Amino acid sequence: MSETTLRVSKIRDGTVIDHITAGHALEVLKILGITDHVKSVVTVGMNVPSKTLGLKDMVKIEGRELKSEEVDRIALLSPHASINIIRNYNVVDKQLVRLPKVIRETVKCANPMCVSNSKEPVKSTFYVDNEEPLRLRCHYCGYIMEKQDIHKQF
Amino acid sequence: MQFKGRDIVSIKDFSREEIDYILKTAASMEQIAKQGSDMLHGKILATLFFEPSTRTRLSFESAMNKLGGTAIGFAEPKVAAIKKGENLADTIRVVENYADVMVLRHPLEGAARLAAEFAKVPVINAGSGAEEHPTQALLDLYTILKEKGTIDGLNITLMGDLRYGRTVHSLAYALSLYNVKLFLVSPELLRMRREVSDAIKQKITVVEASAVEDVLAETDVLYVTRIQEERFPDPTEYTKVSGTYKIDLKTLKDAKEDMIIMHPLPRVDEIDHEVDNTPHARYFQQVWNGIVTRTALLALILGAKK
Repeated sequence: MSETTLRVSKIRDGTVIDHITAGHALEVLKILGITDHVKSVVTVGMNVPSKTLGLKDMVKIEGRELKSEEVDRIALLSPHASINIIRNYNVVDKQLVRLPKVIRETVKCANPMCVSNSKEPVKSTFYVDNEEPLRLRCHYCGYIMEKQDIHKQF
Repeated sequence: MQFKGRDIVSIKDFSREEIDYILKTAASMEQIAKQGSDMLHGKILATLFFEPSTRTRLSFESAMNKLGGTAIGFAEPKVAAIKKGENLADTIRVVENYADVMVLRHPLEGAARLAAEFAKVPVINAGSGAEEHPTQALLDLYTILKEKGTIDGLNITLMGDLRYGRTVHSLAYALSLYNVKLFLVSPELLRMRREVSDAIKQKITVVEASAVEDVLAETDVLYVTRIQEERFPDPTEYTKVSGTYKIDLKTLKDAKEDMIIMHPLPRVDEIDHEVDNTPHARYFQQVWNGIVTRTALLALILGAKK
């Protein structure tokens, strides 16, 4: 049994988000819309020792299998995170997060003069121009958002 | 090449071939723009100007009238519905019933993109905040082509407020489709907006300078802009840069004989009036070229020209 599993209990059915960049677990929960109103068991591990990352965060969500479009948003914060779908204590699917080409609603345009920040009936929309370093381009005003613009929104 | 029904939101939506075609069409419209025509008889242009404008609105209205069409619209956002708090998307969905094509000027960036998504009729961006002014870029290219006979091979200097000046953003994107060398001259605070300079540097040689004298001897086209005082979030920033550059006869002593000076107008004090009488000045010719280019655009978009 590994050191990680000793520290965090196993779940029967649900999703384990592993290899989250250390310090970003709570932001990942926010991105997924997991707030204090959620009834299911959610286990958060922060600064867990990792062979590949040194330190990592991880999140276990009991009774909920995340859809791919949900987990892809995690790549905005943690491009190396992995998603494990658990059924009856077994990992039945494992995949790395990947940024979609278009990101809608998750973040707002950092340009205060962008029309998407006004009272118009539109959803913020961004194109992923570059993944590493992260660069998102606003569909409406063309403003380029970088990692710091995005992270401070969570 | 298909232009009928097309929006003109950003100059980035157009290829070099499409821009060349628009410029060629503009050249063919010179006579029509002078004499008038009925090629758009029965068509209605709506001008929706949420920001003050003199020349752009009049230029579009004049172009539409020259082609036998009619222009309606408003020139300031104090009109009833907007003052009552109506959003742009609703205004667009109302006005599209009154017109065959819309021209929009709005203080917010991305406003024309949004309008085009809601409108069933074509939308022409006549200025979206500090972002873009694509039809100005097209008339600027037409002016350069008409005056110099080519755009390729020229050294072009964009000078002034490159941060908030929407005309230079659209023009820089457009010029990056041609084989030009671009000099960017501005005070430190008014350097070219990053998304523009990043994009154009991938395509053409761009040299940034802080004094026009450093690049003037090499320049074929000098494009000067006013400092966009109204777009400064902090008025003290404006006072730091106000009056920091000016083109006068002394500045021009090292200029090439055939160098032309352009300006989207209005000017404040960045070009001395004594320059108006030199063979370099072309900014008032640009105004006429604006009419010609806009007649071409309206004719193409409304299907009267193919």
